[in-house]
Amino acid sequence: MSHFPEGSPYDVETRQRLEQDAKDIIARYPQTRSALLPLLHLVQSQDGHITQQGVEFCADALGISQAQVVGVATFYTQYKRAPMGEYHVGVCINTLCAVLGGDEIWESLSEHVGVGHDQATEDGKISLERLECNAACDYAPVMMVNWEFYDNQTPESAKALVDDLRAGRPVPPTRGANGICSFKEASRVLAGFNDGRAHEGVQAGPESVVGVELAKEKGWEAP
Amino acid sequence: MGSTMTTLAPVLTKNWDQADSFTRTAYERNGGYQPLRKALGMEPSAIIDAVKDSGLRGRGGAGFPTGMKWGFLAQGTGKPTYLVVNADESEPGTCKDIPLMMADPHVLVEGVIISSYAIGAHQAFIYVRGEVLHVIRRLRQAVQEAYDAGYLGKDILGSGFDLDLVVHAGAGAYICGEETALLDSLEGFRGQPRLKPPFPAVAGLYGGPTVVNNVESIASVPAIVDRGADWFASMGTEKSKGFGIFSLSGHVTRPGQYEAPLGITLRELLEMAGGVREGHELKFWTPGGSSTPIFTAEHLDVPLDFESVGAAGSMLGTRALQIFDETTCVLRAVLRWTEFYAHESCGKCTPCREGTYWLKQMLKRLEAGQGSEEDLSTLNDIADNILGRSFCALGDGATSPIHSSIKYFREEYLEHFSHGGCPFDHAKSTKWGA
Repeated sequence: MSHFPEGSPYDVETRQRLEQDAKDIIARYPQTRSALLPLLHLVQSQDGHITQQGVEFCADALGISQAQVVGVATFYTQYKRAPMGEYHVGVCINTLCAVLGGDEIWESLSEHVGVGHDQATEDGKISLERLECNAACDYAPVMMVNWEFYDNQTPESAKALVDDLRAGRPVPPTRGANGICSFKEASRVLAGFNDGRAHEGVQAGPESVVGVELAKEKGWEAP
Repeated sequence: MGSTMTTLAPVLTKNWDQADSFTRTAYERNGGYQPLRKALGMEPSAIIDAVKDSGLRGRGGAGFPTGMKWGFLAQGTGKPTYLVVNADESEPGTCKDIPLMMADPHVLVEGVIISSYAIGAHQAFIYVRGEVLHVIRRLRQAVQEAYDAGYLGKDILGSGFDLDLVVHAGAGAYICGEETALLDSLEGFRGQPRLKPPFPAVAGLYGGPTVVNNVESIASVPAIVDRGADWFASMGTEKSKGFGIFSLSGHVTRPGQYEAPLGITLRELLEMAGGVREGHELKFWTPGGSSTPIFTAEHLDVPLDFESVGAAGSMLGTRALQIFDETTCVLRAVLRWTEFYAHESCGKCTPCREGTYWLKQMLKRLEAGQGSEEDLSTLNDIADNILGRSFCALGDGATSPIHSSIKYFREEYLEHFSHGGCPFDHAKSTKWGA
């Protein structure tokens, strides 16, 4: 029994493209096996989740067994075992966000969308995840869409966000690119391929600069 | 309180309010990459000495002296030396490295180049958690800009020094913040900690001598080279030198990043942040993330340096100050943290794998009001069997909320039992609650 869905076989063109990408990834590392995490992001950018096809591809590219690939792929939460939505929506439910309203957001959003943790809607548009801390606690409660920050959320803003995403209305992240890319496109960036959007968006959110602004107002400086 | 109030001292955060701060143009406009030129004219050993003399201690939580860590590197192994930056910021409450890399990735890149030159590494990695897409974009762009300017690659600025830098995205695993788990992950394996010794300085990445340092530590290096060890050491306390980013979150009027000399107190920081949210009072807080034992209002004047926080029964950790007011149920907070540790336990060692599982089961029952005072002894007992018996610090960290919450809030546990459930209205704790 496979740990991942079978997936559809890569056609010749796709395979050639992935093989070239894999070559580029492997070339970055002193030892080839270091390329496994990026390669898993790469096949996820093709399939939207990890498939048996993807596992075989990684194993072939690195000359390791499929069991070795599966052992790694099942360890990390970003590698998905079932198709996720075009927009993968995370709600932080670690203590601080949960207390500040993350629990309420999760509850109302999960009911609104009609799916649970790591599940996608039937139309493939939205999937939800209960997230652990995403290092944005000063912006709590925090949500992520395709690993972009949506800060200071409420149950209402969360539902509106998902409705907008489904309707194709633009909803840029609070701190991120000017518009949200798809889950597959995000996975390709994680694999190490630039999408040319680094210059987009703010350099910092208001909470990040609250200290430096106060220091300037008060005339405080390091010696 | 001391007679003089500690003020903020922005160094790393100084340019975050400039709209283009993440570009090389802005970084150079603010004096960036001048320290690199200076460093390349110095003997590598002189840079290590400067970092040692500055008193810089690891900013990733453990507080180990950075220069000393560099000094431990094995020599003459015949294997390449590596620098690996730990940018896997995932400790609950910790949120300083991510905004740093988003707003000013070049200070990290410059720190990597100087540090690699100092330790003789020609290949460096930034291992960044995978769940922060835009930060990864910014880091990669900064690295590319540094290559384009001749700050990375062959014969950097004509010095003869070569360095390649790879930004490597993780894939979702808190444990990869543990330095040897990080190395295993970077080698393409499950992120599980290694038995130490050997320490990474002797046998790290690919078995070669390796330095693993936190983002903020490495980002502090250019300023130390530029302005000198004495300048750095003029800030902070006797054994906790320099500045650090303090991250205030939770029930506070103005949460955010406050960069100050080590030794500042929560009372001082709260004053700057407008206090606990209006109409409420401080109940408990973490000095350095969820793995550091909680404090209460009685610790408001503890200097936030490694020694003072330790003497008061906790750890400075990552200066992740999560503030909770009186509307917060401490048992709920501890349960949620415990669920986190159970979720993130890598499963390698029995005390952590089984212990966090049982802590979670028990706390769920206790939060539902089904328990007795005897259960608190059992909780402490399970935690005692994890602490110091686990393979790595994750297990130890899991026990911090347990031990400290029972110590300070035993009555609140008992109230759950007499009440037959949680006596708190969770809605009041929310950001939009009363």
